[in-house]
Amino acid sequence: MATSTIYAASERLRATRVWKSIFRRGPALTNRTRSIAIFGNLFYHLMPAKVREQSLSVRATYYLGSISFYLFALLAVTGILLMLYYHPAAPQAYLDMKDLRFVVSNGVFLRNLHRVAAHIVVVAVFWHMFHVFYRGGYRPPHEFNWVVGVVLLLLTLFLSYTGYLLPWDQLAFWAITVGTNIISAMPVLGQPIRFLLLGGNLVGENALLRFYVLHCVILPLIAAIFIGVHFWRIRKDGGLTIPENRR
Amino acid sequence: MGEGEESGAVTRTAGPETERSGLGRRDFLNEISAAALGIAGLGAVVVTTRYLSPNALFEPPMTFRAGSPDLYPINSVTYIQDQQVYIVRTAEGFHAVSAVCTHLGCITQWKPDTELIACPCHGSKFKPDGGKLEGPAPRSLPHFAISLTPDGQLLVDKLETVNQGQALRV
Repeated sequence: MATSTIYAASERLRATRVWKSIFRRGPALTNRTRSIAIFGNLFYHLMPAKVREQSLSVRATYYLGSISFYLFALLAVTGILLMLYYHPAAPQAYLDMKDLRFVVSNGVFLRNLHRVAAHIVVVAVFWHMFHVFYRGGYRPPHEFNWVVGVVLLLLTLFLSYTGYLLPWDQLAFWAITVGTNIISAMPVLGQPIRFLLLGGNLVGENALLRFYVLHCVILPLIAAIFIGVHFWRIRKDGGLTIPENRR
Repeated sequence: MGEGEESGAVTRTAGPETERSGLGRRDFLNEISAAALGIAGLGAVVVTTRYLSPNALFEPPMTFRAGSPDLYPINSVTYIQDQQVYIVRTAEGFHAVSAVCTHLGCITQWKPDTELIACPCHGSKFKPDGGKLEGPAPRSLPHFAISLTPDGQLLVDKLETVNQGQALRV
């Protein structure tokens, strides 16, 4: 039997010293060793050991949080690939964006994947927020995680806004001009914040470079930390909010 | 073990050393190092904030020459694209009117057929002298200081705004 041969081979592999040194355990022969394989896995460690059956149904979440996370991961991967061809300098940025569309192999596909995913992630994050709100997910013991979620919503919007300048076309330029003028309408602090954000008085090379660093390094790092806390707290707060009548 | 801890606790609270002073050597060192770290941290924040604000800017200069007054006919509005300023000449004299909309910073356009300055972004309208006709702009367009250089050229200083009524007579 082919399957039992493969099974036996994989069990022999799991018994080897190299396998044990990497995965810290031998063959998964009993329920105990099988569950230890799950509990001791870095990539599963955010998952709870047990969940309510109701929270696994599609209607409980519509997987909106997962969709937002996978879009974030997709945006990180496509964004890093786009960085290989993009120079954050005027006017080179615009030319690089055009090259990505018309010269680089599959560049238009990657750029649009990044662009469309960025649009969808805003929709997904808002939808996620409304869904959690209408299920009462802001109530104890989830208040803190609700606040973390609001911070993540703001980070998503700020990532979206900083990315908007990077094509360095007319749309980008005027959107950032208008947006930063809205910031400067804030009393007292408005003008200094606009100056620091743009690195000058108008949307120029400094602004492009600052938005690039914010978009590619600072904001994704902060978002990754908050996403980690967000996931951890879902588990520590005892899973999803289950409505009273369905418990 | 438990007994030892108990007796230790008793000597600590009732010992003669702690009665002499409320602040032990360890507490003193802890507090002074926390203060030093706090000062260093505050300094790092100040230094970094200062670093974020650029000292040299490669932006168009705020003062510029707009050529000889003879270039501008009476009752005309001329747009200086590089500086985003209108040179407005009326019967009274010269005005330098900002072309940056007071709403959200878009660049307005002079419409000769309707004799209006209009903003393409959100539809604000201004008179040729910069006076606000229609919102959403909250204010009229500001006037910049305009003067003559010794060799008879118009000089506009965008750092200084002046009253609308003030005109340069040549």
